[in-house]
Amino acid sequence: MSLIDSLPRVRAPKLPRADGLIPWIVPLAIIVIWQLACVTGFVPARVLPAPTDVALAGWKLLLSGELIRNIWVSFWRASIGFLIGGAIGFAFGLANGLSQLSAKLTDTTLQMVRNIPHLALIPLVILWFGIDESAKLFLVALGVFFPIYLNTLHGIRTVDPQLIEMGRIYGMTDGELFRRVIFPGALPSIFVGLRFALGIMWLTLIVAETIAASSGLGYMAMQAREFMLIDVVVLSILIYALLGKLADSASRALERLTLSWHPAFQKH
Amino acid sequence: MQEVLRFRPLEAEAVAREDFAEEARQFRRSPDMPSRGLSLTIRGLRKSFGDNEVLRGIDLHIPAGQSVAIVGRSGCGKSTLLRLIAGLEKPTAGSIGFGEQARAEDIRVMFQEPRLLPWARVLSNVEVGLGRERSSADAQARAEKALVEVGLGDKRGQWPSVLSGGQKQRVALARALVSQPRVLAFDEPLGALDALTRISMQRLLERVWRDQGFTAILVTHDVSEAVALADRVLVIENGRIAHDFNVDIARPRERGSAELAALEGAILKNLLEGTEDTSDDL
Repeated sequence: MSLIDSLPRVRAPKLPRADGLIPWIVPLAIIVIWQLACVTGFVPARVLPAPTDVALAGWKLLLSGELIRNIWVSFWRASIGFLIGGAIGFAFGLANGLSQLSAKLTDTTLQMVRNIPHLALIPLVILWFGIDESAKLFLVALGVFFPIYLNTLHGIRTVDPQLIEMGRIYGMTDGELFRRVIFPGALPSIFVGLRFALGIMWLTLIVAETIAASSGLGYMAMQAREFMLIDVVVLSILIYALLGKLADSASRALERLTLSWHPAFQKH
Repeated sequence: MQEVLRFRPLEAEAVAREDFAEEARQFRRSPDMPSRGLSLTIRGLRKSFGDNEVLRGIDLHIPAGQSVAIVGRSGCGKSTLLRLIAGLEKPTAGSIGFGEQARAEDIRVMFQEPRLLPWARVLSNVEVGLGRERSSADAQARAEKALVEVGLGDKRGQWPSVLSGGQKQRVALARALVSQPRVLAFDEPLGALDALTRISMQRLLERVWRDQGFTAILVTHDVSEAVALADRVLVIENGRIAHDFNVDIARPRERGSAELAALEGAILKNLLEGTEDTSDDL
């Protein structure tokens, strides 16, 4: 037995099953401090209601079914708008990444449209669609379109040309080349676009619902403001945070599932 | 076709010599065990990129199953020649003909970079090499066999990113071998490897060439590698074949032997003399 073997080992302190909880320590601490600040009267209740009051407001809305209905409406709008905008953006990204002609034809136009802040279109959209569902779907789709388009295009353009040459040498057809080389190569970049798009999706939807809607989370918050129900306003904001986190976690899970080959996602 | 048939008997004569030691015999194919390789005939081959003429008239015949090393300084056109042979570029003038009708799967290239698909497991990377036969029933069995041949049978389920540089290059070799090519072109295949891995890879390349009998064309800047592996070393200068050496040394060749060193010295001397008048980018 050598000297080194006989030395006591330094071990990292073992936290029992705590790994999954660590990210939640900071949000929990914020809630605790917030509660203390409200209970002690440091923050007046008309500025910021205590977490318990917000939870109570949430419970009442849950019992009346209003909360679920509004979340569901917003979720539905977000998903449909995302699917429409994402699909169109993905299709344009593919077309312009794979075909020079298509890129020449449409890329300049798309870049011009991209530089218009899509929320600036709200007045126009209201004139076109009223405060109908289609107005919200249009705005979400438009907002989601660009990050998906740009990142799909970028992903395809940056696939290693040596791999494409390899695929051709080994007799891959165009379809196989796309399926086995180009698409998997572009996927990491497409996921970056997806996560950007999820953020923009919520942002657009909430703004659109706040300005022009008769249901949904944004509408719920605006109604609450009318009646000075500050606890419901805060509740809405917290729900946005949770939904955003949920969307991000979903896309991360999808990423881990499809990019398991990537060194960044391999278990050590 | 006619042309090539005339070369065949000559090649057979050259190989059919009786005076080999018994050990050397197994390293060279005898005429009654014909090579699977394709012979290759190049005539008046020229290639220009814009105004820059890279290859200025190459005439070359490579008998079936021979292993030929092409050496030269960087920019001499040796890689371009290999890319033309592999069909990756179109010649500006001249022709490249194979002894028989070659299928796409008959000619394979191995590059300096392994070019493995990072998102495919090792085994499916090897299956890529089957080309159009990829969907055949025995595809997986053939890929596994090729992996075993390069000594990586146990890595079939790994991602390429966890392999070492030498292992990746061996997977690339398995991918090139799996379709049982008749011409295998190597473009500096060991250029990015460390010295020890290089030597074991050289042995591996020599062994698979011996076992499978393909025609091997090896582009390298390493003259000692060329004389260790090849039957014949071509020196390319300014887009032409400047020298054509026969490496008449029995296999297995002992690295660092006086014979190899003498030949290496002679080739290097030629290379350096050739650069005297165009010593612009040394």
